[in-house]
Formats: sequence, C-alpha cells, structure tokens
Amino acid sequence: MTDTSEAPPVDGVPVTIDGVEILAAKGELIIDAAERNGVYIPRFCYHPRMEPVGMCRMCIAEVDTGRGPALQPTCMLECTPGMVVHTDSEVTKKAQEGVLEFLLINHPLDCPVCDKGGECPLQDQAVSHGPGESRFVEEKRHKEKPIPVSDLVLLDRERCILCDRCTRFAKDVAGDPLIHFINRGNNTEVNTFPGEPFASYFSGNTVQICPVGALTSSDYRFKARPWDLEKTESTCTTCAVGCRVSIESSRNEVLRYQGVDIDPVNWGWLCDKGRYNLAALDSESRLRDPLVKGPGGAFEVARWSDALRAAANAIQAGLDAGGPGAVAFLGGARLTNESAYAFTKLAKGVIGTDHVDCQLADGMPAEAVLGLPKATIDDVCAPGGTVLLIGPDLKEELPVLFLRLRHAVLRDGVRLVQLTSVPNGCSSLASVVLQHRPGEAHEVVRALFADIPAGRDGGGVNPQALDQARALLRSAGDPTAILGRQSIAEGAEWVLDAATALLDAAPATRFLTAVRRGNTHGALDMGMAPGLLPGRATLAEGRDWFAPRWPTVPAAAGHDAVGILQAAAAGQIHTLVLLGADPLTDFPDRQLAARALSTVPNLVAVDLYITESVQHASVVLAAAGFGEIDGTTTNLEGRVSVLNQKVTPPGTARADWEIAAELALRLGSDLQVESVDDLRAEMAELAPSWAGVTDELLFSVDAADGVVLPLPTATATEPDAADADAAAAEGQSAAEGEAGESDADTPAATGPVRPGLVSFAGGEPLDPPALDAYSLRLIATRTLYDQGTFTQLTPSLAGLAPGTVLRVHAYDHDRLGVPSGTELRVKTPIGSVRAVVVTDPAVLRGTAVAVFNQPDVPLNELIDATQRVTDVRIEAGDR
Amino acid sequence: MITDVEPIITARFDQPDAHTIDGYERTGGYQALRQVLASWSPARVAEEIKDASLLGRGGAGFPAGVKWGFCPPGVWPRYLVVNGDESEPGTYKDRLLLERDPHQLIEGVLIASYAVGAAQAFIYIRGEMALAQERMAQALNDAYARGYIGKNILGSAFSIDVVMAWGAGAYIVGEETALIESLEGNRGMPRLKPPFFPAAKGLYMQPTIVNNVETLSNVPWIVRHGAAKFTALGAEASKGTRVFAVSGHVNKPGVYEVEFGVTTFRDIIMDPAYAGGIRDGNQLKCFIPGGASAPWFFEEHLDLPLEKGTVDRAGSMLGSGAIVVMDHTTDAVKACMAVVRFFAHESCGKCTPCREGTTWLERILRRILDGYGRPSDLDLLMDVADNISPGIAWPPKQTTICPLGPSAVSPLSSALGRFRGEFEAYIARAEAARAEQPVVLAGAHAHAHDHGHDHDHDHDHGGHH
Ligand SMILES: Cc1cc2nc3c(=O)[nH]c(=O)nc-3n(C[C@H](O)[C@H](O)[C@H](O)COP(=O)(O)O)c2cc1C
Ligand code: SF4
Ligand code: SF4
Ligand code: SF4
Ligand code: FES
Repeated sequence: MTDTSEAPPVDGVPVTIDGVEILAAKGELIIDAAERNGVYIPRFCYHPRMEPVGMCRMCIAEVDTGRGPALQPTCMLECTPGMVVHTDSEVTKKAQEGVLEFLLINHPLDCPVCDKGGECPLQDQAVSHGPGESRFVEEKRHKEKPIPVSDLVLLDRERCILCDRCTRFAKDVAGDPLIHFINRGNNTEVNTFPGEPFASYFSGNTVQICPVGALTSSDYRFKARPWDLEKTESTCTTCAVGCRVSIESSRNEVLRYQGVDIDPVNWGWLCDKGRYNLAALDSESRLRDPLVKGPGGAFEVARWSDALRAAANAIQAGLDAGGPGAVAFLGGARLTNESAYAFTKLAKGVIGTDHVDCQLADGMPAEAVLGLPKATIDDVCAPGGTVLLIGPDLKEELPVLFLRLRHAVLRDGVRLVQLTSVPNGCSSLASVVLQHRPGEAHEVVRALFADIPAGRDGGGVNPQALDQARALLRSAGDPTAILGRQSIAEGAEWVLDAATALLDAAPATRFLTAVRRGNTHGALDMGMAPGLLPGRATLAEGRDWFAPRWPTVPAAAGHDAVGILQAAAAGQIHTLVLLGADPLTDFPDRQLAARALSTVPNLVAVDLYITESVQHASVVLAAAGFGEIDGTTTNLEGRVSVLNQKVTPPGTARADWEIAAELALRLGSDLQVESVDDLRAEMAELAPSWAGVTDELLFSVDAADGVVLPLPTATATEPDAADADAAAAEGQSAAEGEAGESDADTPAATGPVRPGLVSFAGGEPLDPPALDAYSLRLIATRTLYDQGTFTQLTPSLAGLAPGTVLRVHAYDHDRLGVPSGTELRVKTPIGSVRAVVVTDPAVLRGTAVAVFNQPDVPLNELIDATQRVTDVRIEAGDR
Repeated sequence: MITDVEPIITARFDQPDAHTIDGYERTGGYQALRQVLASWSPARVAEEIKDASLLGRGGAGFPAGVKWGFCPPGVWPRYLVVNGDESEPGTYKDRLLLERDPHQLIEGVLIASYAVGAAQAFIYIRGEMALAQERMAQALNDAYARGYIGKNILGSAFSIDVVMAWGAGAYIVGEETALIESLEGNRGMPRLKPPFFPAAKGLYMQPTIVNNVETLSNVPWIVRHGAAKFTALGAEASKGTRVFAVSGHVNKPGVYEVEFGVTTFRDIIMDPAYAGGIRDGNQLKCFIPGGASAPWFFEEHLDLPLEKGTVDRAGSMLGSGAIVVMDHTTDAVKACMAVVRFFAHESCGKCTPCREGTTWLERILRRILDGYGRPSDLDLLMDVADNISPGIAWPPKQTTICPLGPSAVSPLSSALGRFRGEFEAYIARAEAARAEQPVVLAGAHAHAHDHGHDHDHDHDHGGHH
C-alpha cells in the first residue's frame, strides 16, 4: 500500500491530473492514482484498507468525465479513460479550504495538550490546505472531555471530525460494531451504547487510524509528543502472526507500538494484546540482573560471571551424572532465530543432548509445521479460494490472521469450511461448520472425501452439514488448510492424522500451521525439537553435515516436552534449562510439570521474569526482551523478518544468544560467534532452509515484508530427495559408529551434502478414541487474554482475562439434577477442580467446554499429558 | 388557466369509505391490475407508462417509465420501494393519498412491480403518519386476503410480497438512498451517487426502483385509460394532473389536484376554487413554489404555469409540490431562518459541509436576529453558503453528498437576494445599540452561556433504527 515506487501498469487507464497525463491502474481510485504520481490530495475519511465512504469531503476536486468539470470526492471515483482531474484549480482549492474551515470551526484549540499534535492530519492539512484564519465567532461545540469507550480507549468527542474511520473499522474490519454514530446533524457524535463498551480485541487500531486526537490509548495519553519519538520497524512476537510494527520510544523507553502496513501479513492492523503489552517489558517484575539461589533458598542478585558459572556447573553436573541425555532444554519460542540457533548449538552441538523442545505439548509437532506443503496467509486468503479450518479459534489465538480471513470471506469470496468441536469466533465466517466430537477431526476429514465406514459416524457431524461441505469441496479447486490444535485437552496426533487424511484425498492441499507462540516456527527451523537440526534437517539426515562443523551432534533422537518432563519426574534428567518456559502454567498437565520441577536436581532458567516455574530454579539468567535486541523472527508462514533494537535492556540483562555463547565457553567450547551477524552467517551457511538468506537480502527493500523460507532459488538447487536420503543414510551409520567423536576437519569437496528439508510423512490412520458413556469429553480452548505472563504484567490487559465456566449440553446437564450455573466438582482420574457448570445449546452432547489458563479454574489440573483425550466427570452430589 | 379536468388520483377523496377494499373495488379498484395480469406483458406496462411521460412526483421530476428501464438486465432479485417519507415543510399530499386511497397506491405498486420484475415491494411511510400506517396496514391485509397480493395473484404466474415499513422521524430518509439504508436497518444517511444509483445498486445492493407515493398512485388510471388520455392533459413535459399542497398566508390552505403544466401559480394561490387568495387581503411578499428546498418566487412569477420546464428555467422547481405563501407582514430574515434552521436540524451529519455549514448559517442568522449581527455577516453568510453549494447557482452544485445541504442555501440566497435591506436593518439596529452602549457583548461573548446549542434547542431523534 505504501509502495509508491511501483511501476505504472502497462495497460492502464489514461487520465490527466493537473495537466499531466498518467496511467492509472484499472479500477484505481483517483486519490490513489494521483498519490502514486506525486500529487497528494488531502483526505480524512479515506483509508486504503477500508471501503471508501466519501464523507469528509476533504478530497473533493474538479473532475471532468466529458460533461464538464464537477466537484467529486476523489476517494470514491475510479479513474476512467480520458478523465481530467484538477486538484489545484481555484474551484477545487476553494472547496477544500471550505471543508477544512468547516472541520475547524468546532474543533477545540487543544493542540498543545493533544496526543496527536505533531502527527495530526488535521493540523497538517489545516496548514497545507486550510483557510488560514477563522471566521467563526460563535461558541464551539462542547462535550464532556474524554469518555472511556473501553478499558483501553478514550474518546474526546469535541475533537472528533466524524470521519467514520473508527466506526467503519469496528464494523467492517473487526466485526465488532460497538461504536456508532448517534444523534444527527450538528449533534452527531461517536459513542457506544449504554452498558456496551467497545470491547474489541482490535480497538487500538481505531486510535492509530483516527485522523485527529479524538481517540487515545489509556496507556499512552500524555506520555510523549510525536516529535520526541524515535521509531524503528520490527515484528510483533506476541503471537505467530508476526505483525509488522513500529517501535516508538523516547529517552530509552518504549512508549507505543504502531501497526505498519505490509501487504502479505497485517495490513497495518495489530491486536490489542500485541499493541499494548509493551508495559510488561517495563514492569516492576522484570528481571534486571541474574539471580542465584542462596543457601537459605532465596534468590540473590549475582554478578554475571558467577551466575553463568553456576549455570554451567549445573549443566556440567548433569553431564557428569548421566551424560548428554541427562540434560534437557524446554522452551525457546520467545527467542530470536539467532538466539534459537545459539541455544540449539549449545544443547545439541556442544552438550550433545537432543532433549530439546521449544513447545510445551501445546503446539504442533515439528514435522507438521516444517514438513507439510506450505501456504502463506495470502495463499489462504486468495480471492475465490476454499479454506478448511481445522484448528483453534483464530480470533483468540492469532487475531490478525482472523482479520485477514474475515476480509477474505466477506470481501473476496473465500469459502470457509470449519471443523471444530465447538462453534467459536470464526464460525460465523464459515459456509459450513462441521461440529465433531473432540479428537475426531481426522474422522471428519475422511468423511469429507469418502464414504463413512460401517460402524463409524464421521466424528458425529451433522449429515446435512457434511453433504453441504462435500458439495462445496467438490465444486472448489485445491483447498488450503489452516491446521492447528483447537483444544489442549486432546493430543496433537489427531491433527496430524487429519493432515494425513487430507493429503491422501487432496494431495495438492497446502497448509498454514496455526502455531501460537511468537517464534515457534523460527525455533523449530533452528532445530529446537527432538530429532531435528537447524534448517529443517532431521537429525538422521543432517548428522553428517553438522558433525564436522559442530563440536558434537546428539547420538539419537531425544524426548519432546512430555518425554522430558516424564524423564525429569522419573529422575532421569539431572539438569533442566527453561528458556522462557513456564511449564507449571503453560504445560497442559500441571501435575507432571510439578513432579518434574521438584525432582530435577538442577534447574536453570533464562527468562525475563520470575514465573511460577522459574521460582524452582537455582540460577536465573536475566534475558533481554522484545525491542531490546537485534535479530530476526519467523512467523507461522515461515516468513523471516527483521527485529530491531530500540532501547537497551534493563539493568544488566543480556541477549539470549550471548548467554548461550557464555555457557558454551564455560563448558569448554566456543560457539565461535561474536555477534548476531555471525550467527546469521552461520545459519545461512549451515541451516538448509536458510540457504541464501544473506544480510544483503534480509535488509534490502525487496525484503521489507520479510522473506518466506525456503527461498525459491535455494530449493531449486537442492540435491534431490533421493540423493539426500542416500547421503543421510550413509552419514547416519558413520555417525553412530563414533558418536560424539566426529573429527571437526573441514569437509572435503566430496564431503557430505547439505541435507534436504524435512517432509511430512504422515502415519497409519488412527481409530477414533473410545467413548465413555459416563464421562464428558473435555474441550479446552483459549482466549486472547489469559493468565499468561505478558498479559498479566500489562496492567491495562491483566483484568481482561474473562475467566471460565464449564459449558455442557442441556441433555448432559439434566442428568446432574442441579440448575445451570451451579458450581460443581469436575474430575478426571488425575485431578479435580471446581467450576461453574452451565448449559449451552452450542455444545455437543457428551462434551464439556472450558477455557484454559484462566483464573480460578486450573484446567491443567485435569489434563493427563499422556492421554490423547481428556474425559471428565461432573459430580453433582458434592457441591 | 383553470381547467375543469376530472381529478385522477384524488377522485375518491370525497368518498368516505374509499380507504376500504370494498369502497375501492366498488369504484373500479383493481381493474387495472386484472387487465394487466390477464393480457399485458411487463414490457407493455413499462411502455405505456413511458408513453404517458409520468414525471416523478417526489421532487426531482424524473420520468417514471424511463427510470423503470434502468435496472441492469439479468440482475435479480429486484425490489420496488415506495417513498412515503414526505417530510418537507408544507408538503402533505402523500399523507392524504395514503390515508384516503391506500388501495390505489397498492394497485400502482403491484403493476409497477410486475413491470420491473420486482420480487418484493416495500411501502415506507414516515414515522409520524400514524393514520396512514394504520390504513395501509389494513389495506395490505385486505388485499392479501382477496388475492391481490401474494402467490399467483389473480390466478396468474405473478407473485409478490408487499410489506410496510416506517421511519423514525428523519426528513433525510426521504432521500432515496437514505431510505434504503433505513430499510436495511441502518442509520438513515444517504449513499453516494455514483456508484449507488438505486436502480443499479439499491436495497441490499440489488436493483431497486424508488418511486414517490403520488407517482405510483397515477399508474392504475394510466393503465385503465391509456397513456394517450393522460398525455392529452397537461402541457410540454408536464402531463396529466398534479397534486399541490398550498399553505401559508392563504385563505384556504389545502391539497388541490389540477391539470399539470397549464394551471398557473396565480390560479392556485388566488382562485376561490383553490387557495382563495392572501389572508386578510394582504399583499403577496413571496412564495416557495416547490417545497422548502426550492428558491423563492415573487409577484412577477405568479403567472408562470405549474410546468416543470418553465419553473426550472425561471430558477426554481416544482419539487415536492408544496407551495408556501408569505404575505407582506412576513419578516424575511425570520422566514429565512425558519427554513435554514429546518435543514440544519434535519442534516444527517454524514458530510462535513452540510453538518457544519448549515448549522453555522443558522447560528449567524440567529445572531443577526438576536441583535448581534455585524456588517461582515452578510458576505460571510454567502461565502459559507458558497462552500456548501459552490457558485450558488440553479440547479445547485454541491460539495455535499446529497442535495440537503444545498437546500439550506436556497432560502438564504432568495431572501438575501431580494430582501437584503431587512437583514441590513437588523444589523444596523445592532450597530446602533452597540454604539450607545460600547461595552455590549460581542456576539461570541453573548453566546458563551449557551454552549453552542440552539436557543430553542430541539431534541434529536437520531437517525433511523
Ligand atoms: C433531502 C431529500 C428529501 C427527499 N424527500 C423525499 C420525500 O419525502 N418523498 C419523496 O417521494 N421523495 C423525496 N426525495 C426524492 C427522492 O430522493 C427520490 O428522488 C424520489 O423518491 C423518487 O421518486 P419519484 O421518481 O417517483 O419522484 C427527497 C430527496 C432529497 C434529496
Ligand atoms: S473518533 Fe476519530 S476516527 Fe472516529 S470518527 Fe471521530 S475523528 Fe474519525
Ligand atoms: S496478531 Fe499476533 S503478531 Fe499481530 S499484533 Fe497481535 S499478537 Fe502481535
Ligand atoms: S448533505 Fe447533509 S443530509 Fe446529505 S448526506 Fe450530507 S450531511 Fe447528510
Ligand atoms: S477522503 Fe474523500 S471524502 Fe473523505
């Protein structure tokens, strides 16, 4: 959108603007065509990402379509051949000045105290296109100064110029029509309905697009003047969408994030969680220095050298006690790609353990994320396409992806087929909702493409809906799929089997894997999962390639998060390193996590905060956070984009990769990296999926929107799969023979070839999970705001975690014999919680729905991470 | 010229039960519909109406038959919408047509829907017209019961539903695109034309024909008697008869159906058969020929015929058919203020020049009337007006979305153009008072207490549901 350098399309529409003939694109609006050709037409209501409404009238200009010049809003009119536009005629100028004067007559003289002053389109255009003096001698309109329209946003109706941007955004873009125009004529104002606040996950965007200072953020008000702000572009890492942001700071303090419009991802929008959680980085609870637990069991601030020594000793103790397999790493999705690489190299290449998992059994297996045929967000949203959504509520977990999908469905004719166990925020967008029993998405996928085998029922979906979906898919081209975990109470294997089934039936399907945490994809790319090495190489295939280049390579595939915690609980892990991970809160099975943390002899944490899990550590290394370090991140598409440092980390907190390098040194090895650039150079050289990703490319104008890996050229020159397999097979036997002792000589020209990229193998079809007539199958969903650290440490967001009840079908509720809304005990074989149980007609019989990680109802007490589904019983007797 | 033509659409006004289905059927009701469904093709109906050159009676005077042909071919469904929002000051003909002869309109709606291929028709009635709504609701129910509306009407293949909707009291909803927004359940605010010409992209973005109550009430008669009979009446572009609502300082305000194009303003204002002359034997000062948004006419215009083209060329319009007469006792500044105030109050607030500009005009006028005018105010008024309607020409240009904003300019330019002296007198008195009492508050100061609101502040109803 911001790209004004784009070459004019060859077969364009010839129009004359201010005497100069230009070529407009077909369907291009005059206002855009003019801007692309260096003529800026003033505007207020027009926003390139929303339908034009032509309301403010600021952009009117004389337009002649052959019937003589007439004043027309240039934001509404498409260029037609031969059109003549005068943006600088006397008539145009007088009309524009008139509109500006009208906008100013009732506008308060607030500029000196207004947040927008200095970056205000009204101020700017009053100077460039305004009348210069005021002829208005009456009293201006008065309204109560800012009124809160939500917890996050305030509205000053005196300043509002009624441009309809915020209201249009709320209704058309976000789908939360909670702010409206009320009254009429001169008394028109924006407001909410009584008792219905502007509670939208996207409300902050209205503050950003308001062309005056009418809408302000409660957390930014009066914090800074725009001319004091320093800005740098970066990418939000709060979730895996990877929205492009501008980090804006003053005096080494980050004051706000603003969305940056990039075409392939966020179109300028941010969600409120990503926009406002900057307060967490500045929180009182932020770790400023490393901590070491003293003899009394209390944390004491330590010098880095001491803390690093203690951490290295803890790792060494693990190695001494049980070899590399006694050391494990959990977490890493918070890291930059470079830091992830550094920690993988430390864990796998120096220590030699493969017990590394950047996810906490709450995400998607690496082979799916890295190995499935990939779709970008643009692929999914391509006009006219068909999308299968087999995964979470995007609105809650990947908010701006939800906005993109919403636009695609409502404006671009994309049809959505949703497979879900409970209708959610995406369901209203779906052409068909296939509501299935938990853990049976794979059954539904099979039923979509083939007859349902005798004795099965296609996951329990409604046959009519199934027919509808089948018909829709038959009439469609190759679908894309958004694949993820909709419930943390069930295992990921069902999702993998659903992908297998889908690829069997529709081999051309491409997938967008809905991982949730910021840099999960990047961490997986860097090998932070068992059986993987950096660059989407499997341990088996990549061993030969990495063995000569790294001090060591793990002997065999290690455990995933569940395995690591089980092994730790069983006393087999001696040292556990938490990389920003808080298993007590985030791992689905709290009891297993608790057993593991209390059993493991050495717990080292690298974190920004002392979370509940970190409290168990003996050493805590204070890490730098978002905006405090340079690097890159990778979003759920596999798109790598540049993160920029804007402020210095608090206290002595250090970049994660530096911590990894320091630990390596203290373990007698040298990562041989001095900087982020060194790391990236090594990644480009060693990590197959990073081939060709030079700094030249990453920092070029062409890569302003990021680059999706692998680069097309890199894959083209890749050895074909057969060769790679053969090489890997050879390498494997060689490496197994002398594990850990491979010599580090530079490989000869005939040495091992770069391994190929992991691909999704699929597996044997799974049977549906057995049903238990006495239990309800649990669906544990998520909401945007929860007990997560960043949300809870952001004062403006902390209170927005909605809490949860347990929702069940009326049929199941009737059997309890108590009224809806009663608090009851909910049990599984491993634990129990108390929850208010309510009936909900949207819930399928035999299931129960609640939200994970909410105050008061700790679902992670109920879930057994070793079980594929979670069946709960509700006890009505015991109130 | 006064002619003694039989009334066409007010023919049943004196018949007490004309609003009932029996009363309507007894006087030839639904015969035109029978005739059409028995033997006419939709194209033939459209052709007949086009031949009749039936001009729209809602304000713009566009030929109905031509408009019906504007639906893009092959685009379905299509809708027909009846504009019964009639809210312009002085206009009250549609209300009477709805109250006294609802079936005549329904029959017109059915025939028009048949001609344009509408799948559903909506009769939108102004919120305040309770009796009209009651009678229309009853009439629709009765027409359904007798098989005139619904599936396979009178045994033909033609089926349609006709529903009634009502507004919440906003004048702007009379503007057809705002009416469509309101029908869709949104705030009544106009859409931009282009691209939202209703015939192409109207209700629910489908082709939609919007016609005025009076326009469609003519249709049954034209079908029964033929276009030729219709065009035999009237003159030049203005055929048939037309209903005018005369109000103001006349002896007999009322609704009069006269032959279109030949009857003059003098006839309808002065003749005892119609409005019967100026009250109390007073002199005529001026009159509004076609609703509040029309520029004013004066003595010298009295002999113009009520003919669209003639009135247009003379610099005003017949608009909604409301003739408002002012006698020589009228204060031009106050009259101007009343009309400007109406438009400022009825502005929907969507576009800047109308929302801000009309209220600004009103406030300057208020200041002049309150004795705080300044000599520079008259130029200021005209320049503000010019920023709403550049050039202050006729037909008006506009910086606004719809013609409502420029409507506030008509009374101002008329009054200031003809009676500038009255404005100057107010200002001179103010100047004199200031000279006597040098500390007298300037206008801005004087208004400091009223917080920017009108003196007689009205409560807004907001837009439409
Ligand atoms: C501000 C404004 C108010 C209007 N009010 C009415 C109205 O009350 N009734 C009406 O029939 N037309 C009204 N119109 C005209 C309609 O927009 C439209 O032209 C008309 O309904 C078309 O019907 P016709 O072609 O049968 O005249 C209004 C137009 C404007 C700009
Ligand atoms: S609050 Fe801002 S964005 Fe919303 S209508 Fe007013 S000026 Fe426009
Ligand atoms: S959608 Fe995700 S990446 Fe985008 S702003 Fe929100 S949290 Fe950040
Ligand atoms: S001109 Fe007035 S009534 Fe018409 S759209 Fe603009 S504000 Fe609304
Ligand atoms: S920018 Fe075109 S009318 Fe507002």
